[in-house]
Amino acid sequence: MTAVAALDAMLARLCPMFALVGPTGHVLAAGPTLARVLAPRESVGARFLELFEVLRPQSVDTMAGLAALEGARLRLRPRTGASHVLKGVVCRLPGDGSLGPAGGVVLNLSFGISVVEAVRDYALTGADFAATDPTTEMLYLLEAKSVAMEESRRLNHRLEGARQAAQEQALTDPLTGLRNRRAFDLALARLRETDQPCAFLHLDLDHFKQVNDTQGHAAGDLVLRVVARRMLSVVRVDDIVARVGGDEFVLLLPGMTDRADLDPVARRLISVIEEPVSDGARCHRVSASIGGALGRMRAGDEAEALMAVADRALYAAKDAGRGRFVIAPAPPVASSAAARHDGQGVAMRSR
Amino acid sequence: MNGLINRALDWFVRDTYGEALRRALVEALSLGEAAFEPLMPCAPEVTERLLAALAERVGRAPEEVLEDLGTYLVSQPRTEAVRRLLRFGGVDFLDFLHSLEDLPDRARLAMPDFALPEIRLHPEMPGLYRIEVGACPRAGLPLGPVLVGMLRAMADDYGALVLIGSRGADARREVIEVRLLDAAFAHGRAFDLGAGPVVR
Repeated sequence: MTAVAALDAMLARLCPMFALVGPTGHVLAAGPTLARVLAPRESVGARFLELFEVLRPQSVDTMAGLAALEGARLRLRPRTGASHVLKGVVCRLPGDGSLGPAGGVVLNLSFGISVVEAVRDYALTGADFAATDPTTEMLYLLEAKSVAMEESRRLNHRLEGARQAAQEQALTDPLTGLRNRRAFDLALARLRETDQPCAFLHLDLDHFKQVNDTQGHAAGDLVLRVVARRMLSVVRVDDIVARVGGDEFVLLLPGMTDRADLDPVARRLISVIEEPVSDGARCHRVSASIGGALGRMRAGDEAEALMAVADRALYAAKDAGRGRFVIAPAPPVASSAAARHDGQGVAMRSR
Repeated sequence: MNGLINRALDWFVRDTYGEALRRALVEALSLGEAAFEPLMPCAPEVTERLLAALAERVGRAPEEVLEDLGTYLVSQPRTEAVRRLLRFGGVDFLDFLHSLEDLPDRARLAMPDFALPEIRLHPEMPGLYRIEVGACPRAGLPLGPVLVGMLRAMADDYGALVLIGSRGADARREVIEVRLLDAAFAHGRAFDLGAGPVVR
């Protein structure tokens, strides 16, 4: 084997994407992987610059131009119609002809960042890369990370589902820390099962929209939080205070059967709510209207009936002016008639 | 890491023994779904209890169950990602055997907290290899029996004819013997390097 043939064999093993180009610009030998990339076109015998277009650092169209790029980082595109841009480096052969014809060059190419597409498009295997080439490890890493990423995406998806479910299961209004509508409904259902008498108050803030619109949401949120705290200071430990709308609250007072007990609670609620709320710079003032109902719910009774009574009482209170409360006396099971014939539906000033 | 192992056991139980046994195990051990979350930490004891309960229910030694698990991971479509990642290790079975020492590093590259014990390959004579697997750095399952099952399935995958068996274990390590009878016995399964990750 001549020295040149031995060099070709070594190059084929060490850099399977090499090309040995003679002084005329024709390919004298090509690595097996490079041959695959150019297939079905025969690479040996073709002019190198007819096989590849040199894009960077500048385009060249002569052998001398190619040789002049020795040592530079080349970007080349195969003229096979493939879109991959390959990386390359060129070395001149020694002038004494010991490693091949003087004036010739050796090029080594690689896929660079387009390796994933190239491996797929040319159906390359591990054997198409030099034993020292890290391409297989790179593909391994890429695939391992893709699998892990996909798992992470699925986990996020499951956690988001769990978070939504938890939110639906939650019993607390996040802004005020009061109970929410769901907690209130659950408390109501419990009361109905135990056949306990109770009082029910429907409370709506007055002038809240004004605070929210003119002073901003932060001020509105502060008012809601302060008002919530004050309401809790008025009621008993076992009473339920829930925020069921923007500025709408409901209170459930188990065991309360007497108007004489309920009136002072309503009066006191309005009074504490009307105290100014300071954010350090400004004072915000709101009030409240309250509609109430006293009654006993039995199994099978619709909770809505009791609430409807309190609702109508609330409208009556609002109609009578702000900062008032109306308590409907009839048992809620007597249904809407109670509210309509509410003899005592006279709005009471809170103080 | 144990979440990932639990998930592997979970799939193995479902696909091998059926959903009913899987449910029975989960109920008997009062496990939540979080125990099978691959990316979530999970106490190694859970994995140990899971394996012990499974082995008892199917009436086999835990080591035998783990061997089956190893084979399952490589040969079943549901865990094709495992087979693919292992096949990146070598162009043929012998090359793959020689890459086994890299396996802990490869696993760590894929998942930083995936800690596998040290693996050493000792060529005894042509065609005969001794593999030493260290005891798990953290509590959990021994890797040895799983590796025996995996190697059998990988040999099949590469089309190699081999004899693989455990040669005993002590507290520090387990020894596996691999006798390579014919590296190109059958065609094996195709491995498309650029096929990209498997999406289940």
